[in-house]
Amino acid sequence: MGIVYKVGDSIDTDLIVPARYLNTIDPAELGRHCFEDLDPEFLKARGGGMIVVAGRNFGCGSSREHAPISLKAAGVECVIAKSFARIFFRNAVNIGLPVMQCEEAAERAESGDDIQFDLFSGTIRNLKRDETYDAKPLPKSMQEIYSSGGLMNYVKRRLAERT
Amino acid sequence: MTAKIDLLLANDITAPIAIDELEKAGIDRIYNPSSVVFVADHMVPAKDIDAANLCGKMRAFAKRQGAPLYEAGWGGIEHALLPEEGLVVPGMFVVGADSHTCTYGAVGCFATGVGSTDFAAALAMGELWFRVPESMKLIFKGKMGDGLMGKDLILNAIGKIGVDGAAYRAMEFEGQGIDDMLMDGRMTMCNMAIEAGAKSGIIAPDAKTVDYVRARSGRPFQLYRSSPDAQYVETVEFDVTDMEPQVALPHSPGNAKPVSEVTGTEVDQVVIGSCTNGRMEDLRIAARILRGRAVHSGLRCIIIPATQRLYLQALDEGLIETFVRANAIVSTPTCGPCLGMHMGVLGEGEVALSTTNRNFIGRMGHRSSSVYLASPATAAATAIEGIIADPRRYL
Repeated sequence: MGIVYKVGDSIDTDLIVPARYLNTIDPAELGRHCFEDLDPEFLKARGGGMIVVAGRNFGCGSSREHAPISLKAAGVECVIAKSFARIFFRNAVNIGLPVMQCEEAAERAESGDDIQFDLFSGTIRNLKRDETYDAKPLPKSMQEIYSSGGLMNYVKRRLAERT
Repeated sequence: MTAKIDLLLANDITAPIAIDELEKAGIDRIYNPSSVVFVADHMVPAKDIDAANLCGKMRAFAKRQGAPLYEAGWGGIEHALLPEEGLVVPGMFVVGADSHTCTYGAVGCFATGVGSTDFAAALAMGELWFRVPESMKLIFKGKMGDGLMGKDLILNAIGKIGVDGAAYRAMEFEGQGIDDMLMDGRMTMCNMAIEAGAKSGIIAPDAKTVDYVRARSGRPFQLYRSSPDAQYVETVEFDVTDMEPQVALPHSPGNAKPVSEVTGTEVDQVVIGSCTNGRMEDLRIAARILRGRAVHSGLRCIIIPATQRLYLQALDEGLIETFVRANAIVSTPTCGPCLGMHMGVLGEGEVALSTTNRNFIGRMGHRSSSVYLASPATAAATAIEGIIADPRRYL
């Protein structure tokens, strides 16, 4: 559950966290610069519990995993978008940042709306508008990664099975 | 499907997160150290203490694992370096923790970028889960005129199909324009496939590919091309014969316009280099235009050969002297300015024209700065005039 922060199409990973901060891998520090070049006020007005709602191609550009790490550390509970760039989507799943693809939910929501979501059922509920939407179902392999608590936990299990 | 990976790659920005992930998971041995390459290129020579520490972390890990690492001074920018070193050859499946890994499609690899945790998982397992992408075909018909480069073709293509026009797809390039193009230009084109959202850019290997690879590598290789009855989700045709040099306007690589529509725009800085355009063909055309001329007063022109070997070759050919005499700044290989890290960061309201690959808001510096993307020829002409200029009058 969280309050909507709405952004447009093709929000790139430089906008999510500028490269000048890539000399650190500390999540808290990366979180402090989330969306800094898009909206310098982004963090000031919000104290966590945010749902980022985006247009098409969210997370395009660089493969930097610092981007989903920054969103997560800044208190973003979930990103709902009309579509995602491929590498960002994988990165988000791998580190356990919920991402949901839903054209209608992204179209209808406005900044300030209250949204509830269930990652596994794919249900998105906009409380302000009293509407419910179904996100594109997550592939089974990605559900498994989320439920393992991230890709590395899944890898640990797979490695244990090998030996 | 789960796919075995032939070569894995990471750099000083993406490797440190992967190393931490492996440590947290208690995985201390990687699957196959000889199928991994680390390259120090983004923040080198170390731009500050934090960058030096992250490079040190990657260095220590590579040493501990017995994996090869190209140190600053020994290598260069990863996507120029790996083909040049003969580390990527046709038929390989290459996965890199860098979005521009798709460059190697130009040497007949299937190559794609991932993030750090995927890279860490692949280090541990030697394999990774992938969805087989659909393919789209881009056909470049006609003959390219002097001054037109691979960069112009790919900017034009992204302008036409959009920045997610190839999302999740493999982009296959063909046609006379590609057949006639040198390997350097082909690498520029595959490099920017990611800018249209593609998983991979690919060009069927031909005699040029084989010559290029044989001159650099003793590794056995396998030539693949699409079968005649291959299915494409979309085919887009371009005529390059009368195509003008292209410029992508701020703040998207998809904002391509013919150079004639933007000539006259004032520019503070020109950058010629990067994994997109820092190879011999790029340096040669820049030198051809700059020879006997000077960078416009008040403009900074930064030129970066992408690898040590290219730097040396440019020295041998007299290109570096041409650049220095023209008052250009010549830098050691680094990704620095492309992503606004160091070696040419833009200040408030400044404008750059750059041969790099992205012109997002704040990409090269302050959020109010702006970046125009173009070919090295257009960049060199712009450096001379101080305003965006058509290179063809200098050729």
